[in-house]
Amino acid sequence: MSASTRRTVFLIAGAGLLALLLYSYAGLPDFGHYRGPYGDILNRVSIPERQATAVVSAVNFDYRAIDTLGEEFILLAAVVGVATLLRRLGGEHEEEPDDETTGRHVPSASVATGVAGLGVVGPTVLIGLYVVVHGHQTPGGGFQGGVILATALLLVYLADHYSTLRRVGPMWLNELAEGLGGAGLTLIGISGLVFGGAFFENVLPLGSMGKLLSAGTIPLASCAVGLAVSGGFALMVSEFLQQTLVVRSDKGSQQK
Amino acid sequence: MSVLQSVALLLVAGVATSVVLTRDPLRQAMVASIYGLVLGILFFVLQAPDVALSQTAVGAVALPLMILLALAKIRSDE
Repeated sequence: MSASTRRTVFLIAGAGLLALLLYSYAGLPDFGHYRGPYGDILNRVSIPERQATAVVSAVNFDYRAIDTLGEEFILLAAVVGVATLLRRLGGEHEEEPDDETTGRHVPSASVATGVAGLGVVGPTVLIGLYVVVHGHQTPGGGFQGGVILATALLLVYLADHYSTLRRVGPMWLNELAEGLGGAGLTLIGISGLVFGGAFFENVLPLGSMGKLLSAGTIPLASCAVGLAVSGGFALMVSEFLQQTLVVRSDKGSQQK
Repeated sequence: MSVLQSVALLLVAGVATSVVLTRDPLRQAMVASIYGLVLGILFFVLQAPDVALSQTAVGAVALPLMILLALAKIRSDE
């Protein structure tokens, strides 16, 4: 396709896209004017019905928890895909991690980076746990807290060595967290079916608003998702790091 | 729309443009990280703190990290 044909195709398609965009923007409600009924209804009922002040979490882990279960398994599939793609292939071998190989000068993290990095690992874990367990009360929940927890593991690598990361968060632990989280969320859904009448029915006592143990199954589901997400993200980061630092092609190393 | 929201919107538009205009993938990963942060700020001032948290964690940390690690792997193979 020549350059001028390509430009013509682009201009026609671009003009069509622009027209459709402008047409759909004209039909949008004004800025700050929410139209649909569901948000208003949920804002009204989430405290009397579920004792949950975080309406988004009430939707994610209760009213539409089945969607969260679907997303959880999308993440699982993505992690399995990454782990499969980044496995050690035939014709590849594992070397000493790049940053620890003797006889080759690779600058290690400076003392300042190490101290600052390891210094924030604790607070990061604390914030992650806080966000996970307070999912039903404050913004955030299992997903957000889980990603924060996984970044704590990354901080360990940035501040120290790859081998330290593998000691602190070994692969089996990440896999276990991912599996237990996914299974836990599924079991919470099934328990609604067994003890109540519907999948993900909130069958636990609701307690009173503002208490850590309240809102029934919502904080439990948040913790399950937090476990799965932290394990899944940690596993992905570890697989990428392993592939980058340790796995080498047999051919490549012979040339060195 | 408040002043804060307008400023955040303009910031997002500006940083998004710089992501597209950055040609070197390594630099682009860094600019994309800033973009993730700015987009998180926009969601926050639009009163969507849940999405802001997800966006900041994924857009500012996880995504640039994946790009960086992939780039590192490509360079180590060369």
